[in-house]
Amino acid sequence: MSLQKPIMRGLLAKRLRFHLPIAFALSLVAAAAFKYGVTEPRKQAYAEFYKQYDAMKEFNGMKEAGIFESVRPSGE
Amino acid sequence: MLQMTVGRVGSLLTRRGVMALTSANVRMASHGHGVSEQADLSLPMYWDRLDTPLPDKAYKDELTATDKSLKQKEKGPWTKLTNEEKIALYRIAFKDTYPEMKVPSHEWKTVVGGMLIFFGITGLIVIWQSHYVYPPTPHTFAPEWQAKQTQRMLDMRVNPIEGFANNWDYEKKQWK
Repeated sequence: MSLQKPIMRGLLAKRLRFHLPIAFALSLVAAAAFKYGVTEPRKQAYAEFYKQYDAMKEFNGMKEAGIFESVRPSGE
Repeated sequence: MLQMTVGRVGSLLTRRGVMALTSANVRMASHGHGVSEQADLSLPMYWDRLDTPLPDKAYKDELTATDKSLKQKEKGPWTKLTNEEKIALYRIAFKDTYPEMKVPSHEWKTVVGGMLIFFGITGLIVIWQSHYVYPPTPHTFAPEWQAKQTQRMLDMRVNPIEGFANNWDYEKKQWK
């Protein structure tokens, strides 16, 4: 008849033993995913952009488009 | 239509309210319609709650003669109690067992239904408002103005590395 006495102690410790390593691992995975999915591509994009960047060419393009107030396009 | 909807939801919920009243062992109100006699809320009450395993008082106030003799037997060693007696002692102290407390109710349907009704009413109000209340759309939303605005953003090289102007091919003068 008699039931087994249920576990009375150490319930939180048992739960933490199981879940903490999983939580730690998932956090590391999340950080790695963000690093290699977002920040590394972004750094590459910036590096590639500035390899071929000609500041004067860009400035002249913007000037000819007429967006500046201090220097007008060459036609005017 | 509005009053009828609210009344329908209200009557559903008050029925559940009366049910909760009886389950809390407000014994004086359990036979009436819940309005005539109210329990004295300053005294300890019995309440079935999952997170409060031992309520403020036992469930049964008036013990029959068998109950009283059982309570006397409870004062001795518990190994001498039979299983049925143990269950009877439980039922004296508590109304529901944990599995009985956890039985799912149909309340969620009322809640979701009421929620969706109010979403619908809000939607109707929003539609009426956008037709009768809002002033005319600003001229800056017109397609011609939007085209000029886009061209100006490209001229300014807005976000040229990863963003807006990045998607425009300045050599071929078209979107990438």
